[in-house]
Amino acid sequence: MAETLRVNPIQCSGHGVCAELLPELVTLDEWGYPVIDPRPVPPVLDRDARRAVSACPALALRLVSR
Amino acid sequence: MTTVVNQPAAGGAAQQAAGLPRLLPAAPEDLRAHLARYGPAPYRNQSGALIADIEASGLAGRGGAAFPVHRKLAAVARAGVRQGRTVVVANGAESEPASRKDELLLQLAPNLVLDGLQLTAEAVGAAEAHLYLHYAPGPQILRALAERAARGLDRIAVTITQAPPRFLAGQETAVLNRLGGGPALPTFQPPRVSERGLGGAPTLVQNVETLAHLALIARYGPRWFRAVGTATEPGSMLTTIYRPDGKAHVREAAIGTPLRTLLGDGAGVQAWLVGGYHGTWLPVPDTAGFTLDNASLGRSGAAAGAGVLAALPSGRCGLTEAARVTRYLAAESAGQCGPCLNGLPRIAAALAELAGSGHRRQTLDDLKRWSGPQNLVEGRGACHHPDGTVRFVRSALAVFEPEISRHARGICSATDRGPFLPLPPGMPTREEDWT
Repeated sequence: MAETLRVNPIQCSGHGVCAELLPELVTLDEWGYPVIDPRPVPPVLDRDARRAVSACPALALRLVSR
Repeated sequence: MTTVVNQPAAGGAAQQAAGLPRLLPAAPEDLRAHLARYGPAPYRNQSGALIADIEASGLAGRGGAAFPVHRKLAAVARAGVRQGRTVVVANGAESEPASRKDELLLQLAPNLVLDGLQLTAEAVGAAEAHLYLHYAPGPQILRALAERAARGLDRIAVTITQAPPRFLAGQETAVLNRLGGGPALPTFQPPRVSERGLGGAPTLVQNVETLAHLALIARYGPRWFRAVGTATEPGSMLTTIYRPDGKAHVREAAIGTPLRTLLGDGAGVQAWLVGGYHGTWLPVPDTAGFTLDNASLGRSGAAAGAGVLAALPSGRCGLTEAARVTRYLAAESAGQCGPCLNGLPRIAAALAELAGSGHRRQTLDDLKRWSGPQNLVEGRGACHHPDGTVRFVRSALAVFEPEISRHARGICSATDRGPFLPLPPGMPTREEDWT
């Protein structure tokens, strides 16, 4: 089951934890807000992606199955 | 301030032969005149029957997004079966300051809109109906509701809610927020409002013009509707047109009508703005052969939107106009999403600098980075406000590029420095403006 990362942009306050834990799929824009790779999370990054989701202080990051 | 002129069939004989206008009578029609012309709303007494006709008609939403109406109807009806209740909303919050067509439609043909609201309520099995406006309801709409109630014409009561006159107040999730007693601010989807909307009920939000078309399709059928328009984008649409005189003309046009027919042949005009303030600038005369349909406009990345069309005269500075509108759009950001909150004010400030005299080189580079094809603003908000704003700015940078170079050398080619595109009088600044 392929999952993708999705950020709720209203919830997100730009802590940047996701980019720190998952630099392969998340970069920060020039204002510190995450730019998410829209492709499915590859199996090798699955654990890191879950960690990033649970570590988000704003609870703004999710894994959604598409 | 601009005055709105209802301009029936200015396209002449061809337009009249096509049976236009369909929606706008010359003067406000009360219930008696409405019933004499159309008869009562043709209820189907069977949920879903109308949906097949709407699908066959090819009606798309007229609020700007052109989403197929039958798909929303079917989604809400289906979700309603599961959840046991649904809600319908007529959206008349024409938040775009340049658009005047919904307001005029509600003045001239309120009963057509209300018929459409009742018919969609029947189609999706709704027991709750709302009319959402960004101004206090006018006498025509109040009278129509009272007359209909007195005659027992409406199957369900209609509640009017007034929204603040903000750009995003008509956005679908903002509508539901406001109807639920909150501020008229967009929220993050999913779930879609057709699945879980007002009070958790599947909710259908349709623009008031869409409902008026629907009320006519219910009477005359899909074939009648398709007699004008194109095969893929059937029917007519209301447009608000700004010719070089700066006055707003509301006019119903067949989809596919040449822009030239609506905006003039382009003489004395430097650019057309198509689709309003989330729309696209098109250079004239390069795009003079375009027609009012998304298949044609889409070739230049433009869309008809809610039908705002403007012809910017040669003697005006397009850069200054774009900067003014962008400043307004930035101020209208709900400020909820980082990319919009940070990006739009910077984009607006940079454009204002370009519209001044002698900008820094870095400013143009920044602006291109923020609004260019790989920009970091588009698609990153909960609603489409950043996307629409960036589209507007990107096209302005392309179309007014020569003017940017002139301004860099301290020259502005405008002979008339007065504002052309309309903006609301006071810029909103306070939190409570959203409620």
